[in-house]
Amino acid sequence: MQFIKPGTHIDFMGMRKLGFIFSLILILAGIVSLIIHNGPNYGIDFAGGTLVQVKFSQKVDVSDIRKGLDEIGLKDVSVQGFGEQGAHEYLIRTSSDADALGNQLSDTVSKGLKDATSLEPDIRRVEMVGPQVGNDLKKKALLAIFYSLLFITIYISGRFEQKWTIAGITAGALMAAVYFLSVFNLSMPFLIAAALVVSLVLFWYLQLQYAIGAIVALIHDVTITVGVFSLLNLDFSLQIIAALLTIIGYSLNDTIIVFDRIRENIKGNSDHSLVPDLFNRSINETLSRTILTSFTTLVVLLALFFLGGEIIHNFAFAMIIGIVVGTYSSIFIASPIVFMAHRNKKG
Amino acid sequence: MKFFTIKRVLILGVIVAAVVCLLPTFTNTWPHKKINLGLDLQGGMHLVLEVQSEEAVKAEIDRTISQLKLDLKNEKIQHMGIDKTADHKIIAQISGADNRSAVEKLLSDEYAGLEVPSVKNIDGGIAFTLRLPDKESDSIKKMATEQALETIRNRIDEFGVSEPDIRIQSGNRILLQLPGISDPERAKGLIGKTAQLTFQLVDEQGDVNAALAGKPPVGDEILYQVRKNSGTGSQTRTPFLIKKHVELDGSHLTNARVEFDQFQQPQVGIEFSRKGSRIFERITGANVNKRLAIVLDKNVYSAPNIQDRISGGKARITGHFTLEEATDLAIALRAGSLPAPVKIIEERTVGPTLGADSVRMGLVSMLVGGALVIFFMIIYYKGAGLVADLALIVNILLIGGGLAVFGATLTLPGIAGIILTIGMAVDANVIIFERIREELRAGRSPKAAVDAGYDRATLTIMDANVTTLIVAIVLFQFGTGTIKGFAITLGLGIVASLFTALILSKSIYDLILANKQSDALSI
Repeated sequence: MQFIKPGTHIDFMGMRKLGFIFSLILILAGIVSLIIHNGPNYGIDFAGGTLVQVKFSQKVDVSDIRKGLDEIGLKDVSVQGFGEQGAHEYLIRTSSDADALGNQLSDTVSKGLKDATSLEPDIRRVEMVGPQVGNDLKKKALLAIFYSLLFITIYISGRFEQKWTIAGITAGALMAAVYFLSVFNLSMPFLIAAALVVSLVLFWYLQLQYAIGAIVALIHDVTITVGVFSLLNLDFSLQIIAALLTIIGYSLNDTIIVFDRIRENIKGNSDHSLVPDLFNRSINETLSRTILTSFTTLVVLLALFFLGGEIIHNFAFAMIIGIVVGTYSSIFIASPIVFMAHRNKKG
Repeated sequence: MKFFTIKRVLILGVIVAAVVCLLPTFTNTWPHKKINLGLDLQGGMHLVLEVQSEEAVKAEIDRTISQLKLDLKNEKIQHMGIDKTADHKIIAQISGADNRSAVEKLLSDEYAGLEVPSVKNIDGGIAFTLRLPDKESDSIKKMATEQALETIRNRIDEFGVSEPDIRIQSGNRILLQLPGISDPERAKGLIGKTAQLTFQLVDEQGDVNAALAGKPPVGDEILYQVRKNSGTGSQTRTPFLIKKHVELDGSHLTNARVEFDQFQQPQVGIEFSRKGSRIFERITGANVNKRLAIVLDKNVYSAPNIQDRISGGKARITGHFTLEEATDLAIALRAGSLPAPVKIIEERTVGPTLGADSVRMGLVSMLVGGALVIFFMIIYYKGAGLVADLALIVNILLIGGGLAVFGATLTLPGIAGIILTIGMAVDANVIIFERIREELRAGRSPKAAVDAGYDRATLTIMDANVTTLIVAIVLFQFGTGTIKGFAITLGLGIVASLFTALILSKSIYDLILANKQSDALSI
């Protein structure tokens, strides 16, 4: 069986402008949403606060739950249904932490809900994150993103261009830039953005075409995934950070396989007019693999999304977006950028 | 050709080792190392406590001040007040400028540990500023955290939690992982109890109401007795005027246990050490017909009138306890008091029913996802699909074996990592198979096509997997709790899929091609 018949020839390079416009629209939509919502919608992992998951044996009114919580003095709460229909499960969230609520929170909540609904609630999960811990986790997450990007940048610039010295220099420059900026006490997101800009400029200057293509694709994938989360107003938690990093790894994996083929095919070629064709041929030759792997990965992720339960739901969703966007970007973003950089260098 | 080549024996060895390591999880056989389930899967409580270690420094300052007052009194040096400032300095205002040398001698003899940053002449005397050196206060804070850890560990041991994990996370933070705990609120109450027990005399001369309206007399404080009506839940607070001086404290306890009074009300009986007994005897003897308040964490539990001198070193704490409250108080007193109060700054509690649901749902999605991929591979690649499926199953065995061997913890995101691996692990085989198909189309023989396919795909596969491995390592380093579980399964999955694709499936092909003369390859 074959999805992509041998000899398939799609002119991907010719479609690159269309791809760029499409991506630009998605990215802009995400950024606008992020600006409107004043940054990502941080869950309690990062924002701090308390979350209680309760289950009842039969249907209860959300208004009764609210009334019960009001009675015990819990203000500023959000109550929403959770899980499957008919599970009678609810998620109660508040921005207060143990300082305000006291240490015996779940007993108090349990009592309040029992009084209001006259049913015995089952407290299934309690998560409380103090503001200090939330800030620490935020910092840790950003550091994780930063180091992943740093190591991956070193790896691709070294591995792809066979220039480990330059990779070392790039890494050194990145560290120096970040150190220099951190003296000014700038916030972490700003540092990460600065590090990305520095590496892009360096790659451009050093003419590391493949590395530029890969990094741009990564930024593209992560921005779109974060943007979609912001558009749908979904919580940004530790799990989502893990998903984002995995998406980075996966998207690069895809990109590397296409790049490897481009490098293999372009070796020894000196005819300029053949270059667009060589790029197209490389993408087409790997297309079958690209689609197959994305397909199997999507299959398992869909299984996780539909059957894995509510707790892992958002993680699966982020991964699904990331896989789709990552596959798309290795063909429509990463490769065309290498193509343009290549043309620029030669021409 | 021999069947048992060194390579094949090694491959079989690895697979058998993985199975042996995985078996105890299901059958409790040798080597008895099961895969640990994370708190999110088996239910339990994850707590991060912050020891308010500043309070321990403050207590040390307070102790120093009262000792200094005593020493000055012995030396017959008058003072106009010795107070502490917010930044842990002591200002001692000594009357009479001519006392300077005597105070300086006292300080250098008895308080050599204190720094004296300034000595100023003030109206009618001299003001000495004293402070604890930073090194000293840092060491007090560190000690407080370590002592709190030890105390909490003792309390949890007495409370009875199987396999608790209690350690210092960083600085003054203590991390507790309590699996399978049935009453998390009670455990939190027990852990958070400072349990500082003191015996202080009630000021019989002073007037509580006057003190409430204005300021309590010098050397006194107002403490409350809180009574909770279990029926209505309402509280009554009775104020007491208590002398600040601590006659006896909980450090002299040797035992505490639950007892019952004549109405079968639970109470906590305590026993003092020999030295404690002597002190107790002296206090009670000297204060007959006065009230001695039993104060726990700044709450008055009872203030009985001393009828007579009490020898024998026994006392009891009454206070309308429920049996549970009395039990926990006895545990806390036996395990010792916390050197400083603790605050819960992070809590993640998962009930056992939710944990079981998560395991079930995780396994179902793993089985469904896995089955779909396995069927798809057979349909798409036929015979070669079977090889890839075998590799996939071995891959999962290896992840499971790896989890057991390293004593790693499987969490819900960890299961997600395995599921993701199922989808991504076939990638290596797909890359190879697509190459082989290309080589076959180019007209090569099956053996040449397979060799070329593996040859040319190896580097690509390595490259592609290194990036995900980098991510897994970084996540392991920075991830907390359940996310670490994801990093572990993701990392194990990558290593396992390199093994199954590059070594195992290649070896299977060599075996097939060596025994088969036909030139058709099912791919």
